[in-house]
Order: sequence, then C-alpha cells, then structure tokens
Amino acid sequence: MIRYVLKRLAQSVVTLFIVVTTVFLLMRLLPVEGYLGERYDKLTMEEREAILRKMGLLDPWYVQIGGFYLKLVQGDLGVSTIYRKDIPVLEVIAPRVPYSVRFGLVATAFSLVAGLAMGVQMAKHKGRFWDRSWTVYVVLVNAVPSAVYLLFIQLYGTGFLHVPILFDKYKAASWFLPALSMSLGGIAGYAMWMRRFMVDELNRDYVKLARAKGMTNSAIMVKHVMRNAYVPMAQYLPSAILATVSGSIYIEYLYSIPGMGGLLVDVIQRQDNPMVQALVLIFSSVGILGLFLGDLLMAVFDPRIQFVKGEGAR
Amino acid sequence: MADDRTTDIPDADPALFRPATFDRDAGERAGYSDYSYWRSTLRLFFRNRVAIFLLVLLGTILAFTFLQPLLPNQRSATAINLDPATGRQFRNLPPGAEYWFGTNSIGQDLWARIWAGTRTSLLIGILVGIVEMALGVAFGAVWGYVRRADRVCTEIYNVLNNIPTTIVLMLLSYIMRPSFQTMVIAMCLAGWHGVARFVRNQIVIIRDREYNLASRCLGTPTRRIIQRNLLPYLVSVIMLQTAISIPGTIGWEVFLTYIGLGLPVSIPSLGNLVNEGRLIMMAPELRYQLIFPTIVVSIITVSFYVLGNAFSDASDPRNHV
Repeated sequence: MIRYVLKRLAQSVVTLFIVVTTVFLLMRLLPVEGYLGERYDKLTMEEREAILRKMGLLDPWYVQIGGFYLKLVQGDLGVSTIYRKDIPVLEVIAPRVPYSVRFGLVATAFSLVAGLAMGVQMAKHKGRFWDRSWTVYVVLVNAVPSAVYLLFIQLYGTGFLHVPILFDKYKAASWFLPALSMSLGGIAGYAMWMRRFMVDELNRDYVKLARAKGMTNSAIMVKHVMRNAYVPMAQYLPSAILATVSGSIYIEYLYSIPGMGGLLVDVIQRQDNPMVQALVLIFSSVGILGLFLGDLLMAVFDPRIQFVKGEGAR
Repeated sequence: MADDRTTDIPDADPALFRPATFDRDAGERAGYSDYSYWRSTLRLFFRNRVAIFLLVLLGTILAFTFLQPLLPNQRSATAINLDPATGRQFRNLPPGAEYWFGTNSIGQDLWARIWAGTRTSLLIGILVGIVEMALGVAFGAVWGYVRRADRVCTEIYNVLNNIPTTIVLMLLSYIMRPSFQTMVIAMCLAGWHGVARFVRNQIVIIRDREYNLASRCLGTPTRRIIQRNLLPYLVSVIMLQTAISIPGTIGWEVFLTYIGLGLPVSIPSLGNLVNEGRLIMMAPELRYQLIFPTIVVSIITVSFYVLGNAFSDASDPRNHV
C-alpha cells in the first residue's frame, strides 16, 4: 500500500512539474504588454526595457525558471501587474475562493442527489416514459452548447423568479440560479452513469443468485449493487470537490460572481500575465491533486485493486 | 436508444409449407451467409425514424449553407446595408420581408450572417474532428498495439489529461492571435489525447484475438497488422467519435468567443453571432438577434449528437441479428 501511494505521489509530482514548466515556458511567448501595466503605450522603449529587466524577464529562460521555482517554494506566486497593480496574487485570490467553493459544493451536492435519483428512475423504467423524457434532457444538456442554454436560463429564469439578473451577495435568492446552472451538466452526467451502471449490474450473476435466494429487490440494491457503485464514485468525488476551488468559469462570469473562474476570464481579457500564470498553476495543481486523491480512495475502497505493477493501478 | 424492437411476422407463404425435394445444388449452398456488416448497419440505422428525420434535416441545412450564397437576391454577410433615401445604416430592423431575420446593430443582414456563421463553425468542427481523429488514431494505435510504447505513451497521456481542457484552450487562444487557425490548432491540441485513449482501449481489447496472433506468427509487420487487422474494426466507432466531437467543437467555439478569445468579429461564426445577440439581450424587442442564432446552433448540435449515437447503436455488431 505505502509503495503504491508513494509511486502514485511521485507520478503526480512529476506531472505537476511538467505542467508548470510547460505553462511557464508558454507564458514567455506572450506579448510583453501584460507585464508593463495599464499605461504601457505611454512608455518609451528605455522605460519598457527597464521594467522588464527589473522583473527579470530579459534573463535567459533557465535563470527565469530557476527564480520562479525558488519563489514558488517560498509560497510566492508573483504580483499582479494590471488587474490590481502591485498586489500579490495570493491576496487577490484569497477573498474569492470561498465564493467558488460554496457555489461548487452546493452544485456538487445537488447534482449528486438529483442525478443519481434520475438515473435510478431511468433504469427502473428502461425504454418507457421516464427513461425517454430524461434521455431528452440528457441529450439537450450534452449537445446544446452550455454557453447557449445557460444564457437563456439567466435571461428568462431571472425574470420568471423575479431575482436580480446578476449575483448579489446580500440577496439569498440570487444564489439559486447560478447553483442550479452549475449542476445541470453534473445531473446529466451522474444520471447517465447511474442508468448504465444499474442496467449492466442487474443482469449480473450475483444479482440473479441473490434473487434466487429470495432477497427482496431493495435489499439487493442496498447490500449488493450499491456497494459496487461506491468505487467509481470514490474515484471521481475528490476531483469534483476540489474542482470547486477553481469555480465555474462561464457561470461566474455570466452572473458576475466574484469567484475564481470569473477572475481567470477577467485577467485574460486584461492581459495580466502574472495573474494568468498563477491561476493556471493553481487550477492545474487542484486537478492533479484531485486525480491523485481519487486513485488513493479507489484503492482503499476496492479490495480487488492490487498494489503491484499492473493495469489495475491506473 | 432503440435496442428493443419487435420483428414483424410476415404473412405465411404457402410455398413454405410444401414438402421439399432433394436438390444437390442446394446442399452445396449451405455454408454461405449473406451477412454484410455495412448492410446490417445501414438497415438498422434507417429503421430509426428520428435518425432519418434528423439526417434529412441536417443534410438540408448543410446543403443550404453552401447553396445560400449562390441563390439570387442574397446579401453579403459582412456588408453594411444603408438606407438609400437617407444614407444611414439599417440598424436593428426587426425580421420582415426585406430582411428575413432582421439586421444587427450595424445594419448587417442577419439571415446571410447566420448561414455564413454556420459555414465557418461547421468548417471548424469538421476540420478539428478530422485532425483530432488522425492524431488520436495514429497515437492510440501505437499506444495500444506496441507493448514497449505503452509505458511512455501512458505517461504522456497522464500529463496531458491532467491539464483541464478549458485551461488548454484558453491559454492557447490567449498566446496565439485570435484567428481561424488559432481556433483550429487550439481545439485539436486540446482534444486529440481523448481520442487516443479511446482508440487505445479499443485496440487493447482486440489485439490478442486469434487472427492477430496468427498474423503475428506469420511475420506480418506491425504497421500492416494495425492497418489491415485493427483499424478496419474501428471504423464505426471512429466515425461516431468524429460526429460527436463536432457539436462539442461548436460549443467550445461559442464559449471561447464569449470570454473574448474567439474569432475576430470580422468573421461571422455561430459563436460571434450568439455573442452579438447576448450583448443586446436586455432589450426584449432585439432578442431575435440572439434567438435565431441559438436555434440554429441547437438544431445542428443536437442533430449531430443524436445521429452519432444512433449510428453507433446501429454499427454495434451485437445489435445485428
């Protein structure tokens, strides 16, 4: 077990290192305006060069990346240049994380409950009315670009419910639509997964045996079938929960929620390079950490997974 | 979606109930089966009425997209229409006889813009689909079949897969200048490894079947085994993946345009049209500028998605009986 954890951890660290290095090097290809601040067009060439030199951007790339990692280890992610000039990135981010996490957790919980219930209902009525109606929902959510239907939810939903069109942290009612919008995709995903899982699983021999022994349907579901559903869940949930930190880029921007996702769009549009770099770094580390924890949890939950070399470790 | 069908019992043919006489030739014919994979696939596919309807709808839209500029009395999608009497722009004209879908805020014909936009978006979708497939199938086939490459390829995949798609797309579009090429390159780079993994898993399933083992024993080169034994088996799933990737690509295009990293506004695309409509959506009398493009986007994406799934159902040999 410990060997597996260490191996998997090493893998994550290497991945993170590659991702961070790649992002760092890619950022060197960006237009330098993003480092000069809002009034860069008023600066002379000499002033520009002085600023860039001061920030160390004219050094050879290996010196830059060395310095970057040195600062990173000390917990310094850099300083914003445009978005909020000369404020450390961490300070800009700190008040925003709670919004994203709160919205994300509500949406995750909601999509889990609604999605699984929907999936169970679909499997129960396979091929009949409920199955078909929810399939239409799943097809619409999966096929129509989210940028389109979320826009319409905002446009007509806010009028229908008489809530403000943008998020307002002092009005509880304005929490509802963004949270609902965030869970729509998740509901469809969980429902399809649950449906397929139940349909496949109910034809298995162990279910037939249990039924032959005279167990009731509900007992079979709770004691046998659902236990098998924990494993894929265990693998997926840590990612889902951790991903709440990065927020939903589109929805936060749509409703002007002061969270992390909307921030990324903002800083990209305003070309604040250090902020973009720091945010991408945070988002990717969160994703990698989520996958790592997911694999660990799955290993804990599923006794069939072996801790020796083999396909199962993936 | 449509896997539970009943087969009709044809009217009994009296000829079937006459005693047969011995026929030497008939005995020779016994070992022959007229099963054909593609014929069964197509037959199953065309039994699905929704799929036929959507296929015709999508075909009509596609054909019309390319025919529309050739029709008489069509306006250019980018020309700004001026009122001949006053010389001012026809701004925000509601849909009418002259401008079927109305005009936008600077007097461009929305009808022409929608078809031009559909052309652009479909072109992006199809290009990205093809390039993703080419890269993904090539990489996936080697990854799945060549055992020594498995480890390295898995690690490469893990790294790529760990970076969220949104981040890849946003970062690439941010670094490169907004243009048609940027869009295509960014989406290909963001999506190909998913295809590779899919192909890899399929190939791992079939690589050790007896016929492949036989080919290997006969000394067939790896390249040839992949080309002749493995890939033909995957044609249907590859087509399905391409079809399903098109609505996804159109969706990403709309998303990227929305956050300001899409195509330049001078190129009409569905993303640009939705975005233009969004900017003026607060005025109820101007909402037609948002609603028309979104209806077209939705029809196209839903059709591709449903057709892809219907085709994958039909192409699964387990459904052929």
